[in-house]
Amino acid sequence: MNFNLHDLVLLAPEDFLLGAICAILLIDLFLKPAQRGITHWLSLAALIGTIALILTDHDPATTAFNGAYIHDGIAAVLKVFILGVTAAVFVYSRGYLRDRKLYIGEFYLLCLFGVLGMMLLVSAGNLVMVYLGLELFTLSSYALVAINRDSGLSSEAAMKYFVLGALASGLLLYGMSMIYGATGTLDLAKIHELAAFAAGGPQSHQALLAFGVVFLVVGIGFKFGAAPFHMWLPDVYEGSPTAVTIFIGSAPKIAAFGMAYRLLEGGLGGMQPHWQEMLAALAVVSLALGNIVAIAQTNLKRMLAYSTISHVGFLLLGLANGTPSGYAAAMFYAFAYAIMAAAAFGVILLLARAGFEAENIDDFKGLNQRNPWYAFVMLMAMASLAGIPPLFGFFAKLLVLKAAIDAGMLWLAIVAIVFAIIGLYYYLNVIKVMYFDAPADKSPLVLPQDLPFRWLLSLNGVALLVLGLYWGPLIDWCYRAFSVG
Amino acid sequence: MQSWPILSLVIWLPILGGALVSLVGTGRANVARWLALAVAILVFAVSIPLFTGYDAASGTMQFIENHVWIGAIHANYYLGADGISIALILLTTFVTILVVLGAWDSVKDKVNQYMASILILEGVMIGVFAAMDALLFYVFFEAMLIPMFVIIGIWGGPRRVYATLKFFLYTFFGSIFMLIALIYLYLQTHSWELSQFAALPLSATAQAWIFFAFLAGFAIKVPMWPVHTWLPDAHVEAPTGGSVILAAIMLKIGGYGFIRFSLPIVPDASQQFAWLIIAMSLIAIIYIGYVALVQLDMKKLIAYSSVAHMGFVTLGVFISLALVRVAGDKNAAYLGVSGAMVQMISHGFISGAMFSCVGVLYDRVHSRLIKDYGGVINTMPWFAAFWVLFSMANCGLPGTSGFVGEFMVILASFAMNPWVAAGAAFTLIIGAAYTLWLVKRVIFGAVTNDHVAKLKDINPREALMLAGFAAGVLVLGIWPEPLTHLMDASVRLLVDHLLVAKI
Repeated sequence: MNFNLHDLVLLAPEDFLLGAICAILLIDLFLKPAQRGITHWLSLAALIGTIALILTDHDPATTAFNGAYIHDGIAAVLKVFILGVTAAVFVYSRGYLRDRKLYIGEFYLLCLFGVLGMMLLVSAGNLVMVYLGLELFTLSSYALVAINRDSGLSSEAAMKYFVLGALASGLLLYGMSMIYGATGTLDLAKIHELAAFAAGGPQSHQALLAFGVVFLVVGIGFKFGAAPFHMWLPDVYEGSPTAVTIFIGSAPKIAAFGMAYRLLEGGLGGMQPHWQEMLAALAVVSLALGNIVAIAQTNLKRMLAYSTISHVGFLLLGLANGTPSGYAAAMFYAFAYAIMAAAAFGVILLLARAGFEAENIDDFKGLNQRNPWYAFVMLMAMASLAGIPPLFGFFAKLLVLKAAIDAGMLWLAIVAIVFAIIGLYYYLNVIKVMYFDAPADKSPLVLPQDLPFRWLLSLNGVALLVLGLYWGPLIDWCYRAFSVG
Repeated sequence: MQSWPILSLVIWLPILGGALVSLVGTGRANVARWLALAVAILVFAVSIPLFTGYDAASGTMQFIENHVWIGAIHANYYLGADGISIALILLTTFVTILVVLGAWDSVKDKVNQYMASILILEGVMIGVFAAMDALLFYVFFEAMLIPMFVIIGIWGGPRRVYATLKFFLYTFFGSIFMLIALIYLYLQTHSWELSQFAALPLSATAQAWIFFAFLAGFAIKVPMWPVHTWLPDAHVEAPTGGSVILAAIMLKIGGYGFIRFSLPIVPDASQQFAWLIIAMSLIAIIYIGYVALVQLDMKKLIAYSSVAHMGFVTLGVFISLALVRVAGDKNAAYLGVSGAMVQMISHGFISGAMFSCVGVLYDRVHSRLIKDYGGVINTMPWFAAFWVLFSMANCGLPGTSGFVGEFMVILASFAMNPWVAAGAAFTLIIGAAYTLWLVKRVIFGAVTNDHVAKLKDINPREALMLAGFAAGVLVLGIWPEPLTHLMDASVRLLVDHLLVAKI
């Protein structure tokens, strides 16, 4: 083990973020509640500074700390999106938190720690780093879910999340130990070489590796919230304060993609025939369960939770290809989903007031009469989630389908499409409620005075349309990260 | 002439104009109306150079615009139009003006949003007719659904939510299989260009799958029997303008899809399954004709009549294919495709006019049921004159546009099989039966109730709107030469392409 200073330079974004978190932690201690805005803006500045550091970094792809940390284009793209989405979450949730007396430093710090964990996760080059990043992120999110400690629903959700999350972590660790047993190394690059070799080796090694893969896939499925490991997801989405739901529902999907990519392709690329089938099965079950159960929901956050499960199904379909274009498609899907989810939850946050959560689909009745513009933003979000052209979500689905058909999984693509049509119904139902039903309360919507929030949310809604019409640069970026032609 | 990107203009002017109209706000209805009318007229004016500047002798794609859209998957912003597209684009721009006029007073709630939806829909539909890149086509094809969903859902009748959801899910369901076929074709050619798809050799099995995927998309759009059931619901619940656009333009996109996709890309499978389409078309013409006869609701009657008339379009298209492939009779095939196209344009005017007429009555009496009317001619003589004219056209009376297309298709069918021609000609009888019976019950006779007695004749705005439709019906009926000349060379190119086997 040797340590050199250049490794720390490669980690400059993480170093900076960690330093900023420590600084904010200290500063926040000395702030009065009325001065909480300082924490808010400092946190945003920390995220934006980190993005700037990543974007200005032109070092070639390499590794640091003896391969534990991977510095490459994929990690850079993923991190930029994780940070960007989190910044949007901070802007969106400020007013909501203030109305609920949750406008405290802990929210920001826990989110930032979670982001740091996600950044390490997507750069992980060995199994320990994967676990470290994952736990840093999940421990922060358990606490975040319980941040409204007086709410029974939140506490219950946090407990469920914690117990099931710990179970998933245990399974993941168990799988890792088997992989370690079969290969004798924790380094993903070395595992990649040895696993390919072991696949042709003695029977006992093969079985051990295959079991390891099973446990890893289960762990990944848990973190994604893929059915049948989705049980925690609807409760957490519903039970958390919406400001936390929007955080948990957006950026972590990108990180989960990064984790799956590092483990499955980076470490176990040679075992692809094994995990391809497992991921395909998870994808089908997620698509079926997510889309069908979502129809029956009356709580919008719960509906979006089941919709997440179905989107994870699509994402896994892209991953299951095991081709660079499949990975690029899955990554693009993760980005698209994060942007769409941010818009949808953003509108819920906008409608919520002190003492009133706009959580039920009925709360959106006649929104078009009360405020046509934000009804339009929600229309864009729903139509995009449903995958209706020319919106962004359609193209994300298109790329996944294209990759799936290219990889010879035509039947999976057809199954995915059939469930997408079933899923169309509940998104259309929200549009129906907003546009066709008469509002219970005819008065114009009282909008929060928070102008940055309103501007960013409007931009988010328009972006779903604009990115749909012209998404070339974004997909080029994803394809370049995976060196697809 | 090439310096102006005319196709882009006719696509994006209405969309941006629609966005502008929606920004007017719900309070200023009159501003929204005039602005929408101005945009619609401007778009029509811009579309005229397509007709005058098109070199009809060559029949090729013209007004080409080709830019890279998404380089990573080889999708291009590739627009072009031949005689077939231009005819349909002109129909769209012209009918939209009449729809804006028709909605002037009858839509009172959220006028700006209504007008914006109509204009955005116009732009998107023109995009469908102008796209030469399959992905671009698909995007426009699906984007159409959102404005129509909103139009039926907000301004529709009592069961509007059911109707609009059914419309959306039905059409989306069909087209998504088309998407899979398009992706498959893309993976074979690494291009989304329709001309590349048309040039690609495909095995008989692949062609059959692709044929049925296309059929799912376009048959629902046309709609053909037995997947027509969304149409009567959508028509009955839609506001007048929505019905007019649906019948006059949107249904044509299904027929256009058969001509532009099924025939050139999978000609062998189309030939193999032509019997199926011909049978479905004949059922639509005869059986749906009978269904129309027993309707109690005027809009439903016209909706079923639309299904029957669109049966002529699919019949003409696939008869031609059978003719040119089996008998090698190019002239008859040419006649069939031309007839189908003329029928599409003509049905655009006639069905639009009929729905507008029902809208005029509905605005006054708020009923669409036939039994609530009777003797309308006594109180609304001008209106009755228009209605009778359109009804005659709907029956296919010579001198109106309805006659030209049907006659051409029947002639072409005769070349293939006199029995098919006999079946098709049956529509002249059954069509006359349900249309004339409708006229008799609604227009003629003594005044049956107080509502009818209090009716006021059409005002100048309504007269202008109906006169616009009447002009289309009569000009096409008496002098169809400009239209057939416009499409002539393009149709010949298509028929020539059909002779080449792709297996």
